[in-house]
Amino acid sequence: MNWGSASEFFAMGGYGVYVWGSYGITAALIGVEAWLALRRRRRALNTAVSAARAAAAGEVPR
Amino acid sequence: MSSPPLRFFTFAAPSRFYSLSGRLLPWLWGAAALVAAIGLYLGFFVAPTDAQQGESYRIIFIHVPAAWMSMVVYLAMAAWAAIGWIFNARMASMLARALAPSGLVFTLIALATGSFWGKPAWGTWWVWDARLTSELILLFLYLGYIALVEAIDDVRRADHAGALLAIVGAVNVPVIYFSVRWWNTLHQGATITMSAAPKMQSTMLVAMLLLTFAFWAYAFAVVFVRTRAIVLEREHDAQWVRGLALSARGPS
Repeated sequence: MNWGSASEFFAMGGYGVYVWGSYGITAALIGVEAWLALRRRRRALNTAVSAARAAAAGEVPR
Repeated sequence: MSSPPLRFFTFAAPSRFYSLSGRLLPWLWGAAALVAAIGLYLGFFVAPTDAQQGESYRIIFIHVPAAWMSMVVYLAMAAWAAIGWIFNARMASMLARALAPSGLVFTLIALATGSFWGKPAWGTWWVWDARLTSELILLFLYLGYIALVEAIDDVRRADHAGALLAIVGAVNVPVIYFSVRWWNTLHQGATITMSAAPKMQSTMLVAMLLLTFAFWAYAFAVVFVRTRAIVLEREHDAQWVRGLALSARGPS
């Protein structure tokens, strides 16, 4: 175990800003990317569902 | 629809890709989260403090894997784009399009974490050194590829134009990799090479390799999700998408 206390852990030997800045920006970028990709997939499926329902109901799509 | 001449291409059909990737996704997300957790535990609680750099070196556990991924994803993108162009394979072109944003994200992570590491190690956030500059060019290549394919309305034309850009830009990847050998750089040389034992303490090495594996699993997962979206967007008139859509639960 490297750390005597939680505050020691967050201080990172004086490099806290750099270490947590790095991990924070990585987490944020990955989080946003994953969210955007999942949202795009969900929207594409929703569009396909309404188009298929319209077609099944005998309407001309668009 | 005529049947493709090769079995290989049968499995490259968008419908096959869609169902196969759907089954793999939970495992990929799970593996990425689990392996990242183990790697971070090792990196922060088991790996010792570095004799020269103190705790600041712990940035390495994401910096190096992200930099590796930024290059590997580019090569994968260029290769799929080329296959999509040469064989007129739709699925390959869709994969190339889906890889670009992930490569962009890994490049941003490599540059940002490098900056956060450069400040305590070198006393500067940025320096126009060969390694940093060539990685910045990689960022512009990803941005250029995305801008180009999004600017062309005809999907297949956009795929082909993007493929040309991606293939020409691939020359930058070996430049990034060998930049620390070809030029005198502030950036340190490779810690891990194919030809020599790693110059790194073993717990540190294991933590870094675990994070690399986690990034791989994450990249597969997010690229699969994006490819599935592209498949649905492009193939919405296909019979199999109609069937899939009608059996889906409905808009949520």
